[in-house]
Amino acid sequence: MDYTKDEMMIITASQMLGNGEVCFVGIGLPSTACNLARITHAPDIVLIYESGTIDTKPEVLPLSIGDDILAATASSVVSVPEIFSYWLQAGKVDIGFLGGAQIDKYGNINSTVIGSYKNPKVRLPGAGGAPEIAANAKKTYVIMRQTKRAFVDQVDFITSVGYLRGGDERRKSGISGEGPQVIITDLGILEPHAISKEFMLTSIHPGVTLEEIRDNTQWNLKISPDLKTTKAPPKAYLEALRGLQNRTELAHSQTMP
Amino acid sequence: MTKIVSLQELIAGHIHEGQTLALEGFTHLIPFAAGHEIIRQGIQNLTLIRMTPDLIYDQLIGVGLVKKIVFSWGGNPGVGSLYRLRDAIEKGIPQPLEWEEHSHAAMACAYQAGASGLPFGILRGYTGTDLAKENPAYIKWVDCPFTGEKLAAIKAINPDVTIIHAQQADKKGNVKIWGITGVQKEAAYAAKKVLVTVEEVVDELDKTYQGIYIPHWLVAGITKVPGGAHPSYAMGYSQRNNQFYKSWDGISKDMSRFQEWIETQVMNKTQDA
Repeated sequence: MDYTKDEMMIITASQMLGNGEVCFVGIGLPSTACNLARITHAPDIVLIYESGTIDTKPEVLPLSIGDDILAATASSVVSVPEIFSYWLQAGKVDIGFLGGAQIDKYGNINSTVIGSYKNPKVRLPGAGGAPEIAANAKKTYVIMRQTKRAFVDQVDFITSVGYLRGGDERRKSGISGEGPQVIITDLGILEPHAISKEFMLTSIHPGVTLEEIRDNTQWNLKISPDLKTTKAPPKAYLEALRGLQNRTELAHSQTMP
Repeated sequence: MTKIVSLQELIAGHIHEGQTLALEGFTHLIPFAAGHEIIRQGIQNLTLIRMTPDLIYDQLIGVGLVKKIVFSWGGNPGVGSLYRLRDAIEKGIPQPLEWEEHSHAAMACAYQAGASGLPFGILRGYTGTDLAKENPAYIKWVDCPFTGEKLAAIKAINPDVTIIHAQQADKKGNVKIWGITGVQKEAAYAAKKVLVTVEEVVDELDKTYQGIYIPHWLVAGITKVPGGAHPSYAMGYSQRNNQFYKSWDGISKDMSRFQEWIETQVMNKTQDA
């Protein structure tokens, strides 16, 4: 069955999530991957959105973090201060699932500005829930399309911390969560080196070349000696993902009275 | 004296040039109708606080009424940019915009501190981030007196006026909200004055749903505006108009389309419905 690079990325990301895990979900690609996991191998995954919706099971993907469908299908809806304090800050979230505009070789994420902060060339939306998800979830996973503009040696602005300047700097600065475990892209999978914490390529998606990956990364990306080829997406996942996206498109194109 | 007044009276009576306002509602229950009345009355020089500026602040910024925003995520949710906000920050169009910026968790913390009458809120976060480095005026560090842990201190937020949209009020002025309640409770309790637009004025508030209750003695004025959160929504009354949020991308990007939209959809109306 043919598939796109985005499908490869989303399905690979979804397969990393375990049944029963408590996930704090960002909107967009993370939300797609997490809901795909929920409707395939992980029916008991607990999805939490920063709008305060806990254990939500939307039948279509939400456009915004606070769509009615998230509230209507949640086990509980709590306030924003409660979701961030009692849940995230207190360590009740297993996996924080994030996207971003720019990421560097130590997994630091920028979603604030391109250029200088006070006089930005491009003003991006900003932090939202990401800084505390990156800091306080037990572990974080990142999903992003790999491009030269987005995968940089050093981010213009650290909105959300990865391993800062590498090594044990994150741990020494007292940040509670373990940090980004993996970056899933449309070209491959990157994981941090055990000591330096620099992200390296550990898996390459079928049909992608190393040259293509290097061309889409600004830093000199190291290749794991145990480089794997990622498993092609199973038919059942492709069908589930396409069904989910079709239902979503239909729902979002309806004009409300 | 009744607190239930027209939208024109609600805004003219309580909102003045130079004030610091919070129009809250986390995706749900965004008080669009009240924001549009502020645009019609042309109230200048405002400092606007909202976790997610959303389309309503994009509109207020675009018409040139805003001096400063305080926010934590300034995009069009699931769609992309707020172009009026970006033009103001990147190019000073239609006028330069000051900003104060937080993460969601920190801003929620600042509202909680404000509602609690405390000077700052405490957060485990911000370590190693550039938001903390760039904004020492309202993000500082304290040592926990019990454990010694270094924690972030976030300056409290206390708006002059908080405006929210709610599902129901009763005739006395008690207010009820359910569904996603965001930071409305904290924003309301942190404010010197609270104004509310509602879907419905009822004899008795609905007790079926858990939610926020704001008692009448904290509420300065109420206006019945059915659909007053549109294109955001009021759970139990309307659905979010995702199609409009998508179409805003094109309107907001093009200054002439934006101005035409403001003229036809805001200025030429007396009240949203």
